[in-house]
Amino acid sequence: MEQVLCQTKGLYRDFPRKGGPASTATHYCPGCGHGVIHKLIGEALADLGLQDRAVIISPVGCAVFAYYYFDTGHVQCAHGRAPAVSTGISRAQDDAVVISYQGDGDLASIGMAETLHAANRGEKIAVFFVNNTVYGMTGGQMAPTTLIGERTSTSPHGRDPQECGYPVHMCELINTLHAPVFVERVSVSDIAHIRVARKAIRKALEIQRDKKGYSFVEILSPCPTNLKMSATENAAFVNEQMEKEFPLGNFRDRSEDATPIARAQSVYAKEELDRIFDLRAENTAVPSVDGVAGGNAVRLKIAGFGGQGVLSFGLIVARAGVAAGRHVSWYPSYGPEQRGGTSNCAVILADRRIGSPVIEQIDVLVAFNRPSLERFIGDVREGGLVLVDESVGAFEAPAHVRMVFAPAQRMAREAGSPKALNTAMLGVLAACGDLGLSDAALDGGLLESFGARPKLLDVNRTILTLGKEWGTRHLA
Amino acid sequence: MAMRLVKGNAAVVIGALYAGCDCYFGYPITPASEVLQEASEYFPRAGRRFVQAESEVAAINMVYGAASTGRRVMTASSGPGISLKQEGVSYLAGSELPAVIVDVVRAGPGLGNIGPEQGDYFQVVKGGGHGNYRCIVLAPDSVQEMCDLTRKAFDLAQRYRTPVYVLADGVLGQMYEPLQFPEEAVAPVIDESWAVAGTALTRANCISSIMLDFNQMEALNVRLQEKYALIESREVLFDEYMLEDAELAIVAYGISARIAHSVVDTARAEGFKVGLLRPKTLFPFPKVRLRDLAKRPGMRFISVEMSNGQMIDDIRLAIDCSCPVELVNRMGGNLVAPSAVLDKIRAMCGKER
Repeated sequence: MEQVLCQTKGLYRDFPRKGGPASTATHYCPGCGHGVIHKLIGEALADLGLQDRAVIISPVGCAVFAYYYFDTGHVQCAHGRAPAVSTGISRAQDDAVVISYQGDGDLASIGMAETLHAANRGEKIAVFFVNNTVYGMTGGQMAPTTLIGERTSTSPHGRDPQECGYPVHMCELINTLHAPVFVERVSVSDIAHIRVARKAIRKALEIQRDKKGYSFVEILSPCPTNLKMSATENAAFVNEQMEKEFPLGNFRDRSEDATPIARAQSVYAKEELDRIFDLRAENTAVPSVDGVAGGNAVRLKIAGFGGQGVLSFGLIVARAGVAAGRHVSWYPSYGPEQRGGTSNCAVILADRRIGSPVIEQIDVLVAFNRPSLERFIGDVREGGLVLVDESVGAFEAPAHVRMVFAPAQRMAREAGSPKALNTAMLGVLAACGDLGLSDAALDGGLLESFGARPKLLDVNRTILTLGKEWGTRHLA
Repeated sequence: MAMRLVKGNAAVVIGALYAGCDCYFGYPITPASEVLQEASEYFPRAGRRFVQAESEVAAINMVYGAASTGRRVMTASSGPGISLKQEGVSYLAGSELPAVIVDVVRAGPGLGNIGPEQGDYFQVVKGGGHGNYRCIVLAPDSVQEMCDLTRKAFDLAQRYRTPVYVLADGVLGQMYEPLQFPEEAVAPVIDESWAVAGTALTRANCISSIMLDFNQMEALNVRLQEKYALIESREVLFDEYMLEDAELAIVAYGISARIAHSVVDTARAEGFKVGLLRPKTLFPFPKVRLRDLAKRPGMRFISVEMSNGQMIDDIRLAIDCSCPVELVNRMGGNLVAPSAVLDKIRAMCGKER
């Protein structure tokens, strides 16, 4: 007859999630360290009053069934991903006390990246790393922490560092990072060691209670089944061989100095979001309506060097189109192309829904440099407009296009704002009349582009006018 | 009514914030990076959480963790990143967690290039990761829908406790169009019946997809299939254009559908009775509507895709291969030329014109 002498704190009284017979026994093997570690964590959570706040991550490995036992919230996750999953929980629920409980294969092999990066971000989580030098659940394979010469089912002749490298020292690795608050290596090989481990585990959880940041406790633990030892032999193995490779001790305790991590509260109100997106009355336009321009679509290609304002030229035109209630699309060259120093974009203004935003036939080509002119002039339709900066030099225009050489760079420079050459060019284009946009719409485009910077807005308004005047004078 | 010229990738973030999304986790990849960049700017401004993860794998697992708490959460990526996330998506589906994943598709396979493509259809619409699951897949065709369908994705994810994809492409992500900002903002409520939120009320809950008992595992799978059947019966969305008297239906989604829309106009001007069916949900797929269309005498279909022809399988399955279905496609970052679709229409309908 089973008799409970002392109910362990923080764990369920019995384990219905486990199912099957022996509902108060764990699934762990005799002599395994997980049971002791579970008790230490459960007791600390209960003593610190953290069970409501606690979410324990069940990793892949023998502790995948941690959710059978702890009287807390549970999330089971993919192999090695517990620190990332913990990050998600901790960020989403600021008050949650998140425990990432992991074995050596999970934490130091397949999940090494997640482990180090969660530590490096100083996530508000407690990581309990159970190091028993071997994969348990899958049948005793070599782990990243397997000792040199140690036999496992995948190092049958002993771990050979020439082939398999050396045991990974996680506390030492994590101790190279700036953010962690608490790093300690302990053991649960015997009573004396368990007493020390108990303190470290409590400390790690106190840090979580106080929201002070990342704590990491590595626990050297026996696995008699897979190490093929008796419990006594395994205790000696931990004390004599593992400790030699993985020295016990505290590596870091900054819990006194660490300040609680404060996270913002979500704001959901529409008015607040409207404010965040700066939705102001003056940049509120009408939705696109069919037939507003009463004419055909205008397809513009704008091209030049990076820094000549190619993309923003296109955006101003597109925004002017929006201000006029036209259907509008703007599509850039993106990726490596923009790093090559040249860029281009396509803008379509239309009086009905736009199909593809990619242009095959160009109505208006604006080229700020010669390579752009040469690249795209072949795509300009008959009767189309080609607007180039005069700096491209002499160029024989094909007979079927209208070509305009404008001193955009010069006008912008003389007006004291060489960067506004694109706006000067836009002024000239406006004078050509091909866009079918009113002065008010163009000003709307400028306002939307520069509205937040009044000085720039004024400069660009002036230069747009200069361009328009030049255009009107020379193109009449 | 607030209207502004907005980039497709930015519209995703706008939609997410008005939908009450609390957490964004992501990793940079062209042509989806602006989703990450915009999120890094606007999520914190609204007090929401943003983490640039160390990898795509970590990002989807952060999504998994945050989704476990019952919050509205999301990530975005492009083909190679989505491939990496598939394990996590399978876990989301298996653990029945709501989450939104945006795929701004680029050309593949392998590293491919950053041009637009629709070659992720199989890996997104058919499951993609291990196990018997489907994801709801929404397919926007404009910047407006990048915003609106992202918002809808959160509602669907929560209603069915399942991951929902927004399947876009490089063009939709990179282009600017006028966006009408949402008229409503959602203040989401955590469902304490299943979430694990680190609170007294959710302490007894457990998020898991492991079931050692074969019958128990099968029961979960059966329940999932029932859920997907329910989704198929209730959530099909599509647009149609000039299908009333059509003898040929173009089926296309995303940016290809816009090209097809223009083609319908041109073909109609030439006297062809052509229409367009644009699925807005790829799972569930508009099977019933396709089956109805297939009953018309002499009906035929063209699938327009920027892939090797992936959706075309679903069209053929929906109509039991009862009508001719032909493919007009491009790959590698190229868009389908309207003229190529027109040529196919002429070839398929030429005699009856």
